[in-house]
Amino acid sequence: MSTLEIIRKNNTKKGGGVMENRKYTNVLEMHNIEMYFGKVQALRKVNFHVGVNEIVGLVGDNGAGKSTLVKILTGVITPTRGELFIRGEKIPLRNYSVKKAHHYGIETVYQDKSLGEKQVLWRNFFLGRQITNRFGFIKINEEKEIARKIMHETIGFRGVGITVDSTVSKLSGGERQGVAIGRAMHFDADLIVLDEPTVALSLKEVQKVLNFVRRIKESGRACVYISHTISHVYDICDRFVIIDRGEVAREFLKQNISLKELDECMLNFANARREVE
Amino acid sequence: MERVKKLQRFFNSLESLPIILVFAIILIAFMRTAPGVFTRPRIYMSILSTAPPLLVLGAGLTLVITSGEIDLSFPSVIAFCGMVFANLYKMTGSPLLGFLAAIAVGAFIGYVNGMITTRLNIPSIMTTVGTNFFWGGLTVLLAGGLSLNIPEVREYFLHTLFTGRIGGILPAQAVWAVGVTIFIWFLLNRHVFGEHILFIGDNMNVARVMGVNVEDTKVAVFTFMGLLGGFASVLLTLEMANFWTTQGSGFLLPVVAAVFIGGTSISGGEGRVIGTLFGTFIVGSLEAGVVASGIGGYWTRLTTGLIMLGSIALNVALDKTRVTSGGFAEKLRTSVFVKGIQKNE
Repeated sequence: MSTLEIIRKNNTKKGGGVMENRKYTNVLEMHNIEMYFGKVQALRKVNFHVGVNEIVGLVGDNGAGKSTLVKILTGVITPTRGELFIRGEKIPLRNYSVKKAHHYGIETVYQDKSLGEKQVLWRNFFLGRQITNRFGFIKINEEKEIARKIMHETIGFRGVGITVDSTVSKLSGGERQGVAIGRAMHFDADLIVLDEPTVALSLKEVQKVLNFVRRIKESGRACVYISHTISHVYDICDRFVIIDRGEVAREFLKQNISLKELDECMLNFANARREVE
Repeated sequence: MERVKKLQRFFNSLESLPIILVFAIILIAFMRTAPGVFTRPRIYMSILSTAPPLLVLGAGLTLVITSGEIDLSFPSVIAFCGMVFANLYKMTGSPLLGFLAAIAVGAFIGYVNGMITTRLNIPSIMTTVGTNFFWGGLTVLLAGGLSLNIPEVREYFLHTLFTGRIGGILPAQAVWAVGVTIFIWFLLNRHVFGEHILFIGDNMNVARVMGVNVEDTKVAVFTFMGLLGGFASVLLTLEMANFWTTQGSGFLLPVVAAVFIGGTSISGGEGRVIGTLFGTFIVGSLEAGVVASGIGGYWTRLTTGLIMLGSIALNVALDKTRVTSGGFAEKLRTSVFVKGIQKNE
């Protein structure tokens, strides 16, 4: 079996495959999402969408509702009201879950809980989706070969003395995000959600992560990038959505706003918020 | 030079090389201090007849510890399953039936351990200390504190199969125990189940996010550990042709020590099955070796303890070089433990 066939065999996800015929313009649409935690309203009538091959920067202060929105779209929590469309298809929210999200090609890369530190890279690539014989024994050579391909071709790791047999603990923070992103891309995610991937990283590492995100764009996929450090994401995003106090406060296309203006805009929201409180 | 490097890489790729070296050093030391005993096969046959139950338990415990949990209830599993085996054999005359019941009961005890730990969210160290008392107490209660002698079991095929002497010398249980160990190595390092254990022990949240069923996997690990306890119990009871209520009570510390000497990380996510194999043989040969070396009887335990600590220290020291690679021989030469041995000689 060729490597390509193996890759195909493992990509059995419904609707996966970036190059399929599309009858939709947005990978993801959320209409009038409301979320209550008890009596506290965390989200008010939020409308949010992600276009095909679009990188959306979801920005806002801590506690603005970014992570609540992301948890809803990745299936971790169920919203109180609202509608969710994936590739134009309405998804019943009642039984939407993390597994379902994976099934629909939505993958999330978390800052700290995406990789097993003491484990070798090739195991990390295939956790939960191992290539096995019918007795459940892992076909190590095939996994390693594909992992090598992902590292070199999908995420562009070269030289640097890291192989698929290295443990994750040897990788820098940026490289770890790269591995997690590469994994998501390999498994045919159409939409990759990056939840604060540059928190606690040095500037050089941040650049590495941003380069990985550029690869997501080049590969034709879409991405939601959550961050509260606007300068990091300005370069790579196509559109910015500012969330403030549970609402979509403003939206900008990148060509319509400079980094300075965007920064000021965010600062204004932060100040307004302080006055209210 | 190129060949030396190649050789070094080959050794580095071998799992648990440091502990194998430690084992060799200890063996050589015993051969020099007690040549009358350690250059003859009898002592080895004796160790190979008593260590197998420890090895079976140690290999299973390696999985449990790798998953980030611990099982301290196996001493009572040894006692309870031994009672089940001996009594069922006595009643029905079928050791096979006794064997099947013993491993089933062992698996059940493990399953209960797993369910209490995962469903009630109680740390496994507490769960299994508790269940250790419970099943140990139940054994004494049901057996009325009496042992059960079953010498006739030696006539049966099952006895020959599990604890016979291959070629008249090699204890069959050693072959079984090593076989179980090899199976567990493959399970941990080559099977999906083992990979899930590694990730769960490493970081439960990662495992969960990646779609691993953490709770069910842990219950399966505990169940398997219980099953192995049942098997070890049958090996022990068959070898002795006798059940007694406190059998297995001396197993706790040697087995735990063997796993840690073998280099399995207490923090989980890393398991060395081969290390446990050699760790068991170190623990199994220590007492006999120290006694045979002619050190006074009062010194036996103290020396045993020192050698255990030394083994762990040396294993850690050698292992570090493995990770950074290079300077291997240098580390070995400067290691405090090796220096100590050289001085003694």
